[in-house]
Amino acid sequence: MNYLNEMHIKFPGKSVNEAFARSVISAFVLELDPTIAELADIKTAVSEAVTNCIVHGYRREIGMVYIDAKITEDKRVIIKIRDKGIGIEDIKKAMQPLFTTAEEEERAGLGFAVMQSFMDKVKVSSTVGKGTSVTLEKLIVSVR
Amino acid sequence: MIKTDYKNNILTVYLSGEIDHNRAADIRASIDSRINSIRPKRLELDFSKVSFMDSSGIGLIMGRYRAVGLIGGDLKIKNIPENLSRIIELSGVTSLGVLR
Ligand SMILES: Nc1ncnc2c1ncn2[C@@H]1O[C@H](COP(=O)(O)OP(=O)(O)OP(=O)(O)O)[C@@H](O)[C@H]1O
Ligand SMILES: [Mg+2]
Repeated sequence: MNYLNEMHIKFPGKSVNEAFARSVISAFVLELDPTIAELADIKTAVSEAVTNCIVHGYRREIGMVYIDAKITEDKRVIIKIRDKGIGIEDIKKAMQPLFTTAEEEERAGLGFAVMQSFMDKVKVSSTVGKGTSVTLEKLIVSVR
Repeated sequence: MIKTDYKNNILTVYLSGEIDHNRAADIRASIDSRINSIRPKRLELDFSKVSFMDSSGIGLIMGRYRAVGLIGGDLKIKNIPENLSRIIELSGVTSLGVLR
């Protein structure tokens, strides 16, 4: 598979970097000329995944968050967001709407539901004690 | 920092910018301190100047719904920009009792 473009970044999981990650991904997909709605969908999904690395993956520690993004020749954007944190024991359960392990922090348990509704594909893999990786994919139609 | 307005027992909070996990704690603290000192009958969150919101914003809304409920008030969210309406609808906050 040939990619039109790709990029790789890593940054410490400080909450100020949530906005940074959104800006970087917006800039990256711009060459596909997405609509404002498509761009908003991608930014929101990335924000969810990055926030999960920070809030759940590393909890009170600061660990590195990794983003690998690609643009395919058929105008799909594929974004992998990874942490080396605590991992998820039961992925199916974690992805259920309203499920959260951080209710006392006012989390709604909607992050995965948002990713699934705003992107075409969401793939999660995780190993307890090793970390979590979320791959998001969306076809940029850019019809206005 | 946060713009508010109080009249006729309604406390209006004008939210702005990007609402994410990074900003949610500060916004929550300043709204809650006003709820607890003013004890309004209704809290209204105005979203007209909000450019971005993820599920941290949904947690913020539900948390304020509970906070104002504790003192017997209700919560209304208003002026939701077009680009936020999908996440608001997906969250189902209005079916849980939040007014819109
Ligand atoms: N990167 C991660 N590392 C470890 N656990 C995770 C990770 N991402 C998600 N989880 C687990 O999956 C649950 C559901 O995640 P989801 O994003 O759907 O909801 P939330 O983060 O709890 O709440 P919200 O996203 O609405 O603020 C989390 O509560 C957490 O237990
Ligand atoms: Mg989340």
